[in-house]
Amino acid sequence: MDKGRGDLSLSEEYVLEMHDIVKEFPGVKALKGVKLQVRPGTVHTLMGENGAGKSTLMKCLIGIQPVTSGKIIYKGKEVNYRSTREALDAGISMIFQELSPVLERTVADNVWLGREPKNGIFTDHKKMREDCMELFQRMGLDLDPDEKMKNLTVAKMQMVEIIKAVSYNASIVIMDEPTSALTESEVEDLFKIIEDLKAKGVAIIYISHKMDEIFRISDDISVYRDGEYIATAPAKDLTQDEVIKLMVGREITNMFPKVECPIGDVTLKVEDLCAGRLVRHVSFDLRKGEILGFAGLVGAGRTEIMETIFGIRHKESGRIIKDGKELNIKSPKQAIENHIALLTEDRRGNGIIGLLGIRENMCIAKLNLGKYGLPLNRKQMTDDTQRYIDSIRVKTPSQETPIMNLSGGNQQKVLVGRWMLTEPDILIVDEPTRGIDVGAKAEIHSLLSELAGQGRSIIVVSSELPEVMGVADRIVIMHEGYVSGVLDRSEFSQETIMKYATSHKEEAENKEMSK
Amino acid sequence: MNAKTKKMISDNMIWGVLILLILIMSIGNKNFFTLANFKTLLTGEAIKGVMAFGVAFAILTKGIDLSIGASAALIACVTGALVQAADYGSRILEGGTQFPALAAILIGLFMGALIGLVQGSIIAYTKMPAFIATLGGQLVCRAAAKIFTTRPVSNLSDGYRFLGSAQIGPLPVIVLVFLVIFALAAFILGQTRFGKSLYAIGGNDQAARVAGINVEKNLMLTYVWCGVLAALAGIMLAGRAGSADPASSGLNYELDAIAAATVGGTSHTGGVCRVTGVLCGVLIMGVINNGLVLLGVDDNYTNIIKGVIIVVTVAFDMKKNTKKA
Repeated sequence: MDKGRGDLSLSEEYVLEMHDIVKEFPGVKALKGVKLQVRPGTVHTLMGENGAGKSTLMKCLIGIQPVTSGKIIYKGKEVNYRSTREALDAGISMIFQELSPVLERTVADNVWLGREPKNGIFTDHKKMREDCMELFQRMGLDLDPDEKMKNLTVAKMQMVEIIKAVSYNASIVIMDEPTSALTESEVEDLFKIIEDLKAKGVAIIYISHKMDEIFRISDDISVYRDGEYIATAPAKDLTQDEVIKLMVGREITNMFPKVECPIGDVTLKVEDLCAGRLVRHVSFDLRKGEILGFAGLVGAGRTEIMETIFGIRHKESGRIIKDGKELNIKSPKQAIENHIALLTEDRRGNGIIGLLGIRENMCIAKLNLGKYGLPLNRKQMTDDTQRYIDSIRVKTPSQETPIMNLSGGNQQKVLVGRWMLTEPDILIVDEPTRGIDVGAKAEIHSLLSELAGQGRSIIVVSSELPEVMGVADRIVIMHEGYVSGVLDRSEFSQETIMKYATSHKEEAENKEMSK
Repeated sequence: MNAKTKKMISDNMIWGVLILLILIMSIGNKNFFTLANFKTLLTGEAIKGVMAFGVAFAILTKGIDLSIGASAALIACVTGALVQAADYGSRILEGGTQFPALAAILIGLFMGALIGLVQGSIIAYTKMPAFIATLGGQLVCRAAAKIFTTRPVSNLSDGYRFLGSAQIGPLPVIVLVFLVIFALAAFILGQTRFGKSLYAIGGNDQAARVAGINVEKNLMLTYVWCGVLAALAGIMLAGRAGSADPASSGLNYELDAIAAATVGGTSHTGGVCRVTGVLCGVLIMGVINNGLVLLGVDDNYTNIIKGVIIVVTVAFDMKKNTKKA
């Protein structure tokens, strides 16, 4: 599987060079003469805010989109791929941010999809399985090639996707946000694979927004902004602040602009809440004007708690008390009527309605409360939308623009606007800045702080420790469905949080035993 | 500005197709572009047009309703039997009294709503594909009509036939009903909570649910709307023909209605539907049906042309929509 690597002689400094790449879409110049030079056997990270042109550049490289002008030199020869197939055959493979596995087929089927080994006219299933096993072993993965894809966790699917990319004997593997669905330990596995590939002379082009991970694995970093090439430098010569400054073209002085505000009485009291395996005897208080963080590993049950409070998930037992009144919420509508709002973690899956415009997306929850009358009061809808476009600075050409045309950060702001229109006392935000560029991140953080200042109560679920630590007044830490610890702001430290996140609280265990 | 005009052109390209077809037909036969012929054309399309505004709602929510032709036939037969003259020799319901036209029509609409409610509940609560649920509904309704009566139901009261065959001044009532339903559909989709919820459900049902929308209830109501319009179409059908036939009334009408809604830009991937587009789709189907008859084109060739036009317009539409994503 490893032959043909020898021709990457040391005399060639770069395996890939892209010069003066211009890509024009009707009315938009997405790339304005961009440069990229990748050395073999290195991890080259592309950085930039959403819309900076990183993904477009990669799509031009692998032939999904034709370049308008510019030169691509791969292994010393000028190339111009017209399809991903051509790029793959030449040894450039890409792992996309959005996975597209065939769920009803096996792992082996997915890995060899479209290039199944043949035995005469028949597919050679035995060879498929054996080659798969060999690849898994090489990567230290424990997976059954005969397992149906749909039975795998998202993280495992991601690993299969990576295996698939590697199996093309690629000289360049492009990874677009590969860790967004992985747990910490799986990220470690991925990094091991990356090291392995590097040692074999494979170049990795890595796209990610996660600073700590970028600085851990990158050899070189190239920064882009608004379709323009800004700079390339060895990672060791850069600091996080410098990279951010290059990306946004301005200095973000404070990622977590926390405003201290008075914290009032308890507004939400959750007692002994149980719902399935991942919500076990959960209790906590939320006060007026407080930002309560929820930390824990992926799969600790944080999202599930929020879904239970919001009526998406069935509550088995326990009490949810708001302002002294016990609530019996069975649907999101009832939650909204009780002034609870949930900004879900899966923005595309159950947040935005892509085809609809900004106004429809923003007004939909308030509209469903019957607040716009019959016939619908269009003027009031337009006014409401404009108010939040202005106050939370949504960048959009018009209210009619389909929301899918906006960047992730702006989509998120529209959804914040949607919930603000329902006048929530309690706003729950689940991974509010996932996949959002740094500039918009800081804005969302300051928005949360501002809302708390208005006397609303906010719950922030986040897997990024700096984020929860930066915005929260208190942090509830979850482990496998139980609350394992609650920390005050003065007690915050990454080490303490990780300690609680990886172990059970004895109290919680005793409670389960005595049942 | 440029992008906006571009969008307007691409959204309204379908009207260009209609004008082009009208031009072709007018050149082909001098009798096509006459007031009398437009009246014939509209009268001919009104019934399927009413159904199209129903099924367009279902398609908007990523569903479909295949039962509307058959349920129209069932309701035409049942309500027709209620309004046969009491002394008519071969009355279906032997010896009964003749129902007032209004009562029979209301019973028909109620039956349509009921059929829609049953199918809608199955689709909403079992998550069964609408294609399957309404395919079953189609078989059941058609068979029920044939069990109800083996012979055509004729000799219907004039009051009952008002919707299908009367004229107010120069305007056939059947066309008027079609235009009223068009306006009602436009009002529901554009100006009500229900309409906006359908766009949200069709666009992303998970997101709609999280935004507080009762997805099941709205889906049920969608099929109730479909059913009521199918019933209305059935009553118009019987009124126009003067009789209802359990085997042939409304046969394959659902396919023409779906074709009109689809050609009119209603996306089967959900979330996209313009009522004016559906209107245009109905007119396009009408121009093809009517115009090709005038040109003396054989029925089979007419269907080939229809088939090609449906596929080509949808191909363009798909391209437009995928480019956006």
